[in-house]
Amino acid sequence: MNSPLLLLMLLALATGIGFRIRATSGRIKEKKGLQISAAEIGTALGVRATVVQFSTTFCSACRAAKSLISDVVSKRDDVKYVEIDAESNLELVRKLNIKSTPTTIFIDKAGFEIARAVGAPKRDQVTAAINRL
Amino acid sequence: MTQTSNTAAPQTIDARGPRFSASITLLVLSIALLTNSIYVIGFQLLVFGIAAFIGLKKSPYGIIYRKVIQPRLAGPVPLEDQRPPRFAQLVGFIFALVAFVGLLTDAIAVFTIATSFALVAAFLNSAFGYCLGCKMYLILVRIFKRA
Repeated sequence: MNSPLLLLMLLALATGIGFRIRATSGRIKEKKGLQISAAEIGTALGVRATVVQFSTTFCSACRAAKSLISDVVSKRDDVKYVEIDAESNLELVRKLNIKSTPTTIFIDKAGFEIARAVGAPKRDQVTAAINRL
Repeated sequence: MTQTSNTAAPQTIDARGPRFSASITLLVLSIALLTNSIYVIGFQLLVFGIAAFIGLKKSPYGIIYRKVIQPRLAGPVPLEDQRPPRFAQLVGFIFALVAFVGLLTDAIAVFTIATSFALVAAFLNSAFGYCLGCKMYLILVRIFKRA
């Protein structure tokens, strides 16, 4: 028989993990990433920037992220939004070290990744990240 | 400007169902951990197995949700693809199987560790709506599937 203390410790640990995930999910972090070509994302890069969202067909948070990001991008002619199915683009997924979906990467006009969000990002953060490009 | 890839229409379920199931799973795994009962972990193993291999709607917790909880909930039904929660049930099945075999062979530490992992995952789903098993999917695809 295990001690109830073990159960309490596990629940406390899980609570900590849960709050940590909630705090960090979707946060856009700036990074100096790899260069991505138009061929790799299957379309020409945006004039000013490209927002690439990696999704899987069954990821429910991906749909919310897609709706939000495409809405923000639709107001900008110089920014392009591309959604990529992670499962059918594993080479690129491995190259960019995508571990979960949705992962959104922000690419400058030269094709360099300059920011990344793991999880569904918030609207104001997406707008701010695009403005910084 | 937007360009999207084509996606197939998936089979959907009520998105609130898996979270309800996770709450019952949490309770059952807590009892299993406290009592070291092979019957309790065996029952949960069976539930995980039904949900993963037969279908979420056939799982006892899924049936309780549809018969008892769902009719009492108001508002539109949020739908989600049934594959991620079903995959998560498969992950749960593997952990419960390890725990079951651990208990069967008197390897209590193995039972405790495997049950603890499953319990933490069930808690995250129940309390935060975060499906840890679902998140493992892409990592496993990356490892096992060739481009």
